[in-house]
Amino acid sequence: MQHPKRILGTALMALALGGLFAGCSSTKLDEAPVESRNVPADGASAGAAGKAGGSGTAQSSVATVDLSKQGAATSGPLSQRVLYFDFDSFVVKDEYRPMLEAHAKVLSANRSKRMTLEGHTDERGGREYNLALGQKRAEAVLKSMVLLGVQDSQLEAVSFGEEKPAVQGNDEAAWAKNRRVELKDK
Amino acid sequence: MQQAPEPTTAVSVIRRTRPANSPSSWPRRRFVGALAAAAAAPASAQFRVEITGIGGTQIPVAIATFRDEDKAPVPVAAIVRADLQRSGLFRLVDAPAGLDENSRINVAEYRGRGADALAVGSVSRLADGRNDVRFKLWDLVKGEELVGQSHAALPADMRLAAHRVADSIYQNLTGERGVFSTRIAYVTKAGNRYQLHVTDADGEGGQIALASPDPIISPAWSPSGKELAYVSFESQKAVVWVQDVATGQRRMLANFRGSNSAPAWSPDGRDLALTLSRDAVAQLYLMSRDGGTPRRITQSSAIDTEPAFSPDGRQIYFVSDRGGGPQIYRMPVGGGNAERVTFSGSYNISPAISPDGRMLAFITRQGGAFKVMVQELAGGAATAITDTSDDESPSFAPNGRLLVYASRAQGRDVLMTTTLDGKNKSRLLTTGADMREPAWGPFGR
Repeated sequence: MQHPKRILGTALMALALGGLFAGCSSTKLDEAPVESRNVPADGASAGAAGKAGGSGTAQSSVATVDLSKQGAATSGPLSQRVLYFDFDSFVVKDEYRPMLEAHAKVLSANRSKRMTLEGHTDERGGREYNLALGQKRAEAVLKSMVLLGVQDSQLEAVSFGEEKPAVQGNDEAAWAKNRRVELKDK
Repeated sequence: MQQAPEPTTAVSVIRRTRPANSPSSWPRRRFVGALAAAAAAPASAQFRVEITGIGGTQIPVAIATFRDEDKAPVPVAAIVRADLQRSGLFRLVDAPAGLDENSRINVAEYRGRGADALAVGSVSRLADGRNDVRFKLWDLVKGEELVGQSHAALPADMRLAAHRVADSIYQNLTGERGVFSTRIAYVTKAGNRYQLHVTDADGEGGQIALASPDPIISPAWSPSGKELAYVSFESQKAVVWVQDVATGQRRMLANFRGSNSAPAWSPDGRDLALTLSRDAVAQLYLMSRDGGTPRRITQSSAIDTEPAFSPDGRQIYFVSDRGGGPQIYRMPVGGGNAERVTFSGSYNISPAISPDGRMLAFITRQGGAFKVMVQELAGGAATAITDTSDDESPSFAPNGRLLVYASRAQGRDVLMTTTLDGKNKSRLLTTGADMREPAWGPFGR
C-alpha cells in the first residue's frame, strides 16, 4: 500500500514541477496553467460551466489543475499575493518587484483577467482614516502594476482599513503582518 | 385630609396620602422598614450607570417609584432615575414609596430631605392593552406643581414612555430638551459577525438593523431619524448604503470604483457628503440622498475624509493629511479654500460638531493613546475629556450636552457617554460583544 502511494506522490510532484517549468519557459505555455487555474475560481458562481470548461482543456484533468495550484502555492513569484508595508508607509518595497512583475505578466497576457488589490492597515488609529490609508497602499500597488504594463481597467484598488486584520494581536509583530495589500483574482 | 403641619416624617406623608382603605394602622416600624428597603435598592443598579466624577451644579431630585410599575413590562422609575443621573445635571435623592400623581405632597418635608424636585406617578393598564403612564413633577423650592402628563404606550414602547417622562423632567428643570428618548446606533463585532444596532440613548432596548458576516462602519443618522447611512463591506469592498430603520428597506447609495465611505447627512437631509476613491485615493464628494452623480468638493493630492456638516449646512469639517499628518479642516460646502482648525498634536481625526455649531469634538493621538478632545470653534485650546486611551468616534447628543464615544475598558470595546467637561461619564450597557462606531440620533424618530 505504501509503495503505490509513494509513486503517486512522485508523479504529482513531477506534474507540479512540470507545470512550473512550463510557466517559466515561454509566454504561450505560461498562459495555459494560469487560465486553467482560474477556471475553478471564476466558475465558483457557476460551478457546472466551470467544470465543463476545465474538462475541455486537452492537457489537464481537474486533478492536474489542483496540482499546478499546489505547486504554485509553495514556490515562485506568482504564488505570492501579499505585500507588507512599513509603519505609516505606502512605499512598495523592492523585494516585491519579482512578485508584481509575475502577476503583471499574467494580466498583460490576458486582458480579460482582472484583479482586486485589497489594502489593509494595522489597528491603530481611526477606522475611516485607516480605510483611506489602506486605499493609498492599494493604489500604490496599482500604480506599480500599471507601470509594469497592466491596464488600469484590469485592476481595482479597494481597502478594508483596519477591519480585517490578518493576525490578531496588538504588538508590532501582529501590526507588521496587518499592514498589507492582498492581490485577489476577480 | 389636608391638615396643616404634621410631623415631617415620611411615614406620616404616606399614611396621609393613602386611599381610605389603606392599612393606615400599620405599625410605624413597618413603614420605616419599607422605606429603608426602597432606599437601599440601588436605583439604577441594573443599568450599570457607572458615573465617574461629579459635575459642578447638580439639581437634587427625588423620583418616587411609580405606583403599580411592578406590573408594567419595564421598571419605569428606575429608567427615569438612570436617565437623569447619566445626564450629569441631577443628583438623586431617595424618594419615599407609596406616592403617585394624585398624592398630596408635603413640600416642606421633601425640601427638608434635600430634594429640589419630586416626581411621582403611576402605571395602569388600559382596556386596549396599552399602559397609561402618568406622572407629576413638583417644584419643591417654589412649592408648586410643574407639570402633569399622561402617555398611553404600547407594551413595546414602555421604555420610550419612561424616557419621555425623563425628558419632560429634564426640560422642566433645566429649560433644555432632554435626549433620553433619542436613539443611538452602533456596531458590534462578535466573532465574525457584525451587527448594526439601534438602541435607546441609555443603551437599552437594542434592536438589530443589520447583521452581516462582513464589517460595518460609520453609521450616520438622517436628520429625520428615520434612516441610517453606513458603510458595509458585504461586497468585499466599502460601499455606502442607506437603510430605512423602521422597514429595513435598504438601497446602495455609492458603489463606485474603489472605496466608498464616511457618509454624512446635510442638515436638511437632502444630500450626503462622503469619501470616494474613484478619482484619487480619498476625496470628498456631495451626493443627493436619491443617488446620482457625485460632485467632487475637494481637490487635493492628499487624503480627505470624515466629512461633517456645520449645523447651518454651509461648512464642511473634514480630516486631511495635506499638511503631513491628519488634521481637521473646514471649508465651504460649495468648495473653496480649506482652513485648518486643529493645531496641537500631529494626528487629529473624527470631527463632530455640536448642534449649536460652537464646539468641535475629535480624536487626537497622544503618544500611543487616542483620546476624545473638545475645542471651542471660536478659538480656544483643545481639552482632553477622558482618561482612557483607546477612544474613537465621538458623537454629540442632539441637545449638545453629552457625547457618546467608543473606548476600551478591561480589554473590551465599550460605549461611553460623557458631559462636555468630562466630569460625568457613564458606560452604556454592553452586550458581551465589542461595541464601536456610536452615532447619536436626532430628536425625531
